[in-house]
Amino acid sequence: MTVLVFLDHESGTIRQASRSAVTAALELGKSAGDVHALVTGDAAVADAAAKIPGIAKVLRAAGAAVAHELAEPLAALIADLAPSYSHIVAAAGATGKNVLPRAAALLDVQPIPDVVSIIDAETFVRPIYAGSALATVKSADAYKVVTVRASSFDPAPAEGGSAVVEQVTVPDGSALSEFVSIELSKSERPELESARVIVSGGRGLQNQENFKLLDPLADRLGAAIGASRAAVDAGFVPNDYQVGQTGKIVAPDLYIAIGISGAIQHLAGMKDSKVIVAINKDPEAPIFQVADYGLVADLFEVLPQLEAALG
Amino acid sequence: MSMKVLVPVKRVIDFNIKPRVKADGMGVETAGVKMSMNPFDEIAVEEAVRLKEKGVATEIVAVSIGVQQSQDTLRTALAMGADRAILVLTDVAVEPLGVAKVLKALVAKESPDLVILGKQAIDDDMNATGQMLAGLLGWAQGTFASRIEIADGRAAVTREIDGGLETVSLALPAIVTADLRLNEPRYASLPNIMKARKKPLETLAPADLGVDVTPRLTIVSVAEPPARKAGVKVASAEDLVARLRNEAKVI
Repeated sequence: MTVLVFLDHESGTIRQASRSAVTAALELGKSAGDVHALVTGDAAVADAAAKIPGIAKVLRAAGAAVAHELAEPLAALIADLAPSYSHIVAAAGATGKNVLPRAAALLDVQPIPDVVSIIDAETFVRPIYAGSALATVKSADAYKVVTVRASSFDPAPAEGGSAVVEQVTVPDGSALSEFVSIELSKSERPELESARVIVSGGRGLQNQENFKLLDPLADRLGAAIGASRAAVDAGFVPNDYQVGQTGKIVAPDLYIAIGISGAIQHLAGMKDSKVIVAINKDPEAPIFQVADYGLVADLFEVLPQLEAALG
Repeated sequence: MSMKVLVPVKRVIDFNIKPRVKADGMGVETAGVKMSMNPFDEIAVEEAVRLKEKGVATEIVAVSIGVQQSQDTLRTALAMGADRAILVLTDVAVEPLGVAKVLKALVAKESPDLVILGKQAIDDDMNATGQMLAGLLGWAQGTFASRIEIADGRAAVTREIDGGLETVSLALPAIVTADLRLNEPRYASLPNIMKARKKPLETLAPADLGVDVTPRLTIVSVAEPPARKAGVKVASAEDLVARLRNEAKVI
């Protein structure tokens, strides 16, 4: 039983979420077999994958057809490779969610998305209904196609391994889809999914200008900045800041929710944080039901006080 | 060019309701619970209707797979502007693989140029059906779409990705799955709700389409997630910082 883990990269760096997927793959592989990694892109990405401890072999798919991790060629490639593997694993990020279900359809199997816990080689736990319930499911399929929630598995170390790298042939690219352009949000801050501290703002910030009031606090704490759907929809920040059922799922050591009421769709994305702080002027806001520390106050008055208290 | 759009819609527990795990631990209570169209599917229907209003689409067929009451969900889609509807009637809780196979059979029957789905259902949170349908059909896919432009026999789809936005160009026919930012769905007006009652609604069984919808995953159990301990209210920003430093030790 060999496990294949697909590692996605951004600007040539393997995502931390994919290193969490490696941890899940190693857990699946520990009873029997090896873990192989599949990467696209240039040799540097394959070399970085080869250094992750526990990976026995890196399959490098190079070429224009897979340069942008488009689902059509990548899913075809994974389906081609599948007969050598029992499990196909990826992080449940935008790329994994785009590619793996398509590969599963080509293999005639039902994928198991967003796994938070592995019971055994066939049995997995995944949240349903925005995390209001945890379903344990057992798969009878020939291949287990699994995406894993990064916040539920510690990222594998980036250094220490020495896997062999092997080139794989990408199936003939069809003209089905073409990459046109990419527009990445530029930020000096840590990535949301891997940040130890997150400062998150909601509708209470009122406008885009006020949202910047979170910057000094985030700077002081070395935090990433997140947002509720309301803040994204109102145009305060780009959509990739969104934390929740349909945005990013995070579990930092400290999550500070400022001016966020705490709809279940938002809680779905952050309620596994170690410590939750809520700052809201509405004492009835549902966010206080999950907050370890709640401060009922006007955020515009509290923010400068917080900065002063942090010194 | 005449362009037909197929829009699959799912009946789910209303997004405002907090689901309760059933006493037998095998699922979530749905009896007597308010059900609505999956919010992402409303966005998909709205987009199809807008394509028709722009003169790009000529016919919109809404489809649903599920129990008899899924008719209500289809009537909602018809009231929003879909032209006709198909219900594939089954009591089985069909998984994305089964749904994708049913939809593939309906695509063979209806020959749409575009299928617009929601990116995920808010009950099973799978985020898989659109991708699986695209795979089964061998069509291009534009998932998590926040913008769709149809021109020259192709669809330019802007997608929400982890670091920002990406645009891809898809050959038609294609599959698109809608993200929240694609549009703001309209409310059906009373006259349109009345008109929707007269629009055609065809009922089929999975067997009529030659599809086996038997689930591949067995539910071992469904449980409440561990509850968080009740927290404390602090008096001031100074108090908060002191507790985060000394008690929680996270800063």
